[in-house]
Amino acid sequence: MRLASLPIGAALAALVSPAFADAIAGGAQKQATNWAAIGMFALFVLFTLGITYWAAKRTRSAAQFYTAGGGITGFQNGLAIAGDYMSAASFLGISGLVYSSGFDGLIYSVGWLVGWPIVTFLIAEPLRNLGKFTFADVASFRFQQAPIRIMAACGTLVTVAFYLIAQMVGAGSLIKLLFGLDYAYAVVIVGVLMIVYVTFGGMVATTWVQIIKACLLLAGATFMAVMVLAKFGFSPEALFAKATEVHPKHLAIMQPGSLINSPLSAISLGLALMFGTAGLPHILMRFFTVSDAKAARKSVFYATGFIGYFYILTFIIGFGAIVLVSTNPEFLNADLIAKGKSGIEAIKGGNNMAAIDLAGAVGGDIFLGFISAVAFATILAVVSGLTLAGASAISHDLYATVFKNGNANEQDEIRVSKIATIVLGVVAVILGIVFEKQNVAFMVGLAFSIAASCNFPVLLMSMMWRGMTTRGAVYGGFFGLISALVGVIFSPAVWEVTLGYAKGSAAFQISNPALFSMAIAFFSIWLFSKLDRSRRAGQDKAGFDPQYVRSQTGIGAAGAASH
Amino acid sequence: MAASALEIEKNPKFRALVAARKSLGWTLSIVMLAIYFGFILLVAFNKELGNLLGAPLGAGSVTTVGIVIGLGVIVSAFILTGIYVLRANAKYDELTRQIVEESK
Repeated sequence: MRLASLPIGAALAALVSPAFADAIAGGAQKQATNWAAIGMFALFVLFTLGITYWAAKRTRSAAQFYTAGGGITGFQNGLAIAGDYMSAASFLGISGLVYSSGFDGLIYSVGWLVGWPIVTFLIAEPLRNLGKFTFADVASFRFQQAPIRIMAACGTLVTVAFYLIAQMVGAGSLIKLLFGLDYAYAVVIVGVLMIVYVTFGGMVATTWVQIIKACLLLAGATFMAVMVLAKFGFSPEALFAKATEVHPKHLAIMQPGSLINSPLSAISLGLALMFGTAGLPHILMRFFTVSDAKAARKSVFYATGFIGYFYILTFIIGFGAIVLVSTNPEFLNADLIAKGKSGIEAIKGGNNMAAIDLAGAVGGDIFLGFISAVAFATILAVVSGLTLAGASAISHDLYATVFKNGNANEQDEIRVSKIATIVLGVVAVILGIVFEKQNVAFMVGLAFSIAASCNFPVLLMSMMWRGMTTRGAVYGGFFGLISALVGVIFSPAVWEVTLGYAKGSAAFQISNPALFSMAIAFFSIWLFSKLDRSRRAGQDKAGFDPQYVRSQTGIGAAGAASH
Repeated sequence: MAASALEIEKNPKFRALVAARKSLGWTLSIVMLAIYFGFILLVAFNKELGNLLGAPLGAGSVTTVGIVIGLGVIVSAFILTGIYVLRANAKYDELTRQIVEESK
C-alpha cells in the first residue's frame, strides 16, 4: 500500500498507528485533466515569473540575493513567513485530519503554532541584530568560524533535504491528483520553477512568491470557512451538531481520539514542533530580510496572527467537509459505499482531498480549480524558501567562509549560490522521483527534530550563554543532529512501517526523539564547553560582551543595504 | 569616540533594558510552555480525567470543553506575542535609542 504522502499525512503517520496512517493517506490515482485548475495555475506562474524578471534586475549584490537587501517591511515579512510556513501539508493534511477525526486535527495545528511566540520572545531580535545572511552568522559570531559553519551547514542541509523530499513527493502526488498530470512531470515542473525563482530572483522573488501565495491561500480558506458557516447561520454549534450527526464516530469527533496515546511521545513531539519551528533555517533566514530588530519582532507578530487564523480556518473547513463532502455522492467512491464504508472513509483520493472537494461543494468547479492552483502555488513557495536556505548554507557558510576563509569575491559567492540552487533543485527532483513509491511519512517530523536538536540549541546557547565555546557548540550540534537521526531511524514509524521490520522491534518505542536528542544537545554543549580549557575557549568567552551588546541594542548590526 | 561594549554594559539604561526584556521574554515563554504542555497533558491524560475535554460546554451543547481550550491555546499564542510586541514597541525601542545615542 502506498501512502499519498502529503508531508503532513506524512508527519502524522510518524505519529499515529500504521492503520490510521493508511486511513488518512489514500491513493493518488490520476484524475481527469482539470483545465480550470491548470489555467489558474498558469496565471499564477506567469505572474510570479514576471515578478522574478523584475526582481532579477534588482538582484545584483549578495545582500539582495540572500536577504532582499533588508528592504522588506515587517508586515510583508509577516506574510512571507506565513507563506513559507503554511505548506500544502498543513492546509490539506490538517483539514483532512479534522475531516476524519475531528478534534485530533486541532492538536496538530496547535503544535505547529506555539513555536512562534517562543521565536518572538527569545530569538527574533537578537538574531536580526547579530546576523547578516544565514543563522550560522549568528551561531558562529564569537567562535572559530570553520567548525561552527560546517556544523551549521550540515544542520541546515539535512533539515532542508528531508523537508524538501517530503514537499517534492507531496507535490507530485497532489498534482497528479488535482491536475491529472503525470507524477514525474509534476515533480519536474516544481523543480524547474523553483530553480528559476531562486537563481534569477533570489530572496526578492522568493519573498514575493510567498507573499502572493499567503494572500491567495488566506483568501481562499476564508471564503470556504465563511461559506460553510453561512450555511449554519454563522453558528459553530449548529455546524458541530450537524457534523456529529453525519460522522460515523458521532460525538467522539469532539474529543481527543487515538492521535496521542502515550504522554512521553506527546511531549516529545510537542518539543519537536515547538522548538523545531525556532530552528528551521529557511524560517530563520527570513528575519534578515527586514531592516532592523523592531521590524523582525513585528513580522513574527503578524506571522503568528496569520498562521493562527489559518489553523482556525482549517478546523472549520474540516468540519465543513464532514457535513458537505462526506454526504455528497459526487465526491465519494461508489464501490466503497457499496461495500458498506461510511462517507468519511469513501472520499475519492483520500482524506487529503477533503478541503479541495469542499471548495467544489461551496464554490463550484471554478473555485475548486482556484483552490487546486493555490495548493500547487503553496508547494512552490515552500520549496523556493527551502532551496534558497540550502543554497545559502553552501555558498555563504561553506564556500565563502570555510573554503575561501571569508575572502570570497561577492560575485563569485552569488555565482556559487546559483550553482548550488540548480544542483539542489536537480537533486530534489531526482529524489522526489526516487521516493515516489516510498513512505516519506517520517521526513517532516525528522526535519523538525533535527532543527530542534541541532540548530536551535546551538543558536540559543550562543546568544544566551557566555560560557559556551567553539568545542561545546560543535560537539553539542553534531550530537544533537546524530541523536535525532538515530532516534528517528529506530522509531516505529521508520523501523517498522517504512523498513518493514516486525512490529514492536524498533529500539525506541517513541514517535519522535526530540525529548532525548534536545537534552543530549544541550547537555553536550554544556559539558564540552565546561571541559574546554583551550586558548580558543578564552577568546570565545571574551567575545560574549561585544556580542551581547550588539544583540541587545543592534549597535553595529547589518542595516538595510540599499533602496 | 564610540563607547566600548564593556562601557555600554555598565550604562544603567542598558542594564534596565536587558533586565526588563529578559524577564518579560522568559516569563512569556514559560507561560506559553505551560499553556501548551498543559494542553498536551490534558489530552494525554484525558481518559484518567474522566473525559474532561469531551465534556459538553453546556447542557445539550455539542461543542466540548476541549474545542474551546484548543482554540484558546491558538488565541493565547497570538495574545502573548502581542503583549511582548506592544511592550517592546512602547518601552524597549526608546531605551535602545537612548543607549545607542549615548554610546556614540
